[in-house]
Amino acid sequence: MHLLRTTAIRLFYAVILLMAVLLLNFTMMHLAPGDVADTIAQSMGGADEKVLARIRADYGLDQPFLVQLARYMGGVLSFDLGYSYYHNAPVTQLILQRLPATLLLVFTAQILALILGVILGVISARRPNGILSHFVTFFALFGYSAPVFWTGILLLIAFSLKIQWFPVSGMRDVTIVGGFWTHALDIARHMVLPTLTLSSIFLALYSRLSRATMMETLGSDYVRTAKAKGLTQRQVIYKHALKNALSPVITLAGLQFSAVVSGAVLVETVFAWPGLGTLAFESILVRDTPTILGILFFSALMVIIGNLLTDFALRLVDPRLRARA
Amino acid sequence: MEPLLKVENLRIELKTRAGVAPVIDDLSFELGQGESISFVGESGCGKSMTALAIMGLLPEGIGRVASGRILFGGEDLTAASDRRLRDIRGNEISMIFQEPMTSLNPVYTVGEQIAEVLRAHQGLGQRAAWTMAAELLDAVRIPNPGRRIDDYPFQMSGGQRQRVMIAIALACKPKILIADEPTTALDVTVQAQIFDLLRDLRAQTGTSIIMITHDMGAVAEMAERMIVMYAGRKVEEGPVADVIAHARHPYTHGLISCVPHIVANLTEEREELTEVPGIVPGLGEFGQDMCLFSARCPRVTEKCRSARPPEAMLGGSQVSACWHAEEV
Repeated sequence: MHLLRTTAIRLFYAVILLMAVLLLNFTMMHLAPGDVADTIAQSMGGADEKVLARIRADYGLDQPFLVQLARYMGGVLSFDLGYSYYHNAPVTQLILQRLPATLLLVFTAQILALILGVILGVISARRPNGILSHFVTFFALFGYSAPVFWTGILLLIAFSLKIQWFPVSGMRDVTIVGGFWTHALDIARHMVLPTLTLSSIFLALYSRLSRATMMETLGSDYVRTAKAKGLTQRQVIYKHALKNALSPVITLAGLQFSAVVSGAVLVETVFAWPGLGTLAFESILVRDTPTILGILFFSALMVIIGNLLTDFALRLVDPRLRARA
Repeated sequence: MEPLLKVENLRIELKTRAGVAPVIDDLSFELGQGESISFVGESGCGKSMTALAIMGLLPEGIGRVASGRILFGGEDLTAASDRRLRDIRGNEISMIFQEPMTSLNPVYTVGEQIAEVLRAHQGLGQRAAWTMAAELLDAVRIPNPGRRIDDYPFQMSGGQRQRVMIAIALACKPKILIADEPTTALDVTVQAQIFDLLRDLRAQTGTSIIMITHDMGAVAEMAERMIVMYAGRKVEEGPVADVIAHARHPYTHGLISCVPHIVANLTEEREELTEVPGIVPGLGEFGQDMCLFSARCPRVTEKCRSARPPEAMLGGSQVSACWHAEEV
């Protein structure tokens, strides 16, 4: 019952938060100079004030700010995110088309970074002064400080051009014919480099943090108790220490979720991954306001869902949180 | 008969920033079957290190047994393999710690933490271990064990957590139980309950107990024999009653006169409470060829500062490492 109530309260807050994000985004987009009318005029090879005014009137851009806002919010409440004049399609449809690719990339990268980061952290925590630990530290610093698009281009040059292991761009090879598994394998091959690139930053964070928290838990009283029980090294580390060390890592992973989503924009652009990131990039270039707003809305939604998932994961790991619910 | 545990000339070295310090310096003692001995001394005298050495749990990379032997039923634990030590730990020798609040793992139920040790050493299955865990909770007098078994440590008080620790320690009916200041962190009323429990369980199981404490009252209550440690060395050993009646080392004497006696009549003049002046020397001072207590000793002479006093037998039962033991 408790759990249901907390979930309901959290969902309610999530909706409020989403509305606030919408309001803020819409206002900011409105304040920025230039609109879709400029782009249309540009593609027509130029237009005078009169034509521009007509285009604006056609698209409702001449209405007062509050009217535009009310229209937009009303639309969103009925799951209508507006119409993209540039792509000539409803924004919702546009986004839903691109969303799966981004979700696939973002979740795979996040999970890979988490699992690999925790494993590296645990190994280096066991020998804080060992060679491997120093290697992890170096690698982590490198991954964290290198710009993600640079890492991506570097990986492209190394593994697509010099050694031709992986395709250069895109998500699938249209020439491939075959069943489900053939296509899945094809997508997996395309995913390797973008996923590695996107997870490189987060891998660094997670491995550093789990190394630190593992070292702390390994020195705790209950780990000493576990050793005094005569448990094996593996039980002591993976059962007693790791589960306690995970909470901070999960918390960080939840906080980083927004960074993963924004990192996806860069990575998708570098690898021409047909997701929300590339869509956002194109839309910003052509000032396609409804699409940009829609993508921002979905990013906010993804971050909120990520936070909810984090909360549940934390509850799963720590019984003290379950009791407080 | 061969004693259950025989520690011979044990020397434990601890790496410090200043160099290597002998935290235990030439310690020998024996523990008989079903016997209870107590280690007494101020903090930093090496009591806990002795316990950890017996468990094979000296801090990795920092502490090590430099020389000497720890014979458990004739087997030298300092030379035993990790695997063999794991078999012994929690099974034949187990230990409870000073901090019940942090000694249990916060993310597992107490039932799981008890059942785990039964699965590891007794080869019990999931269900059998769980049933046994409930019985153990009952044995350490936790009311309603069938329900409390699903509790997490944070749902229990300090005293209850220490009872759980005792249940874990006694789960496999160990030959030796090491209790490292088991009641220091608890309320006085709870302390008495824990001592009662330990005494009763000992009577039932015949487990030998090594009790580490600086509580003289607990010593008198719990142990037959006591060993007084100072700066990593044994300074006095003997039957508790004899030592308390007539301490043969100035340090023991000091410790005993520190214990306040509650006088029935409060208006009556009370004996002044004494203290042992000064503090335990730092690790850097350990291991010198002198009496390390000399700086705080009222009977100090030149000899005390120039040579380590040997352990001498006095009155047939007491051992004292003091140049002036005869006079104390």
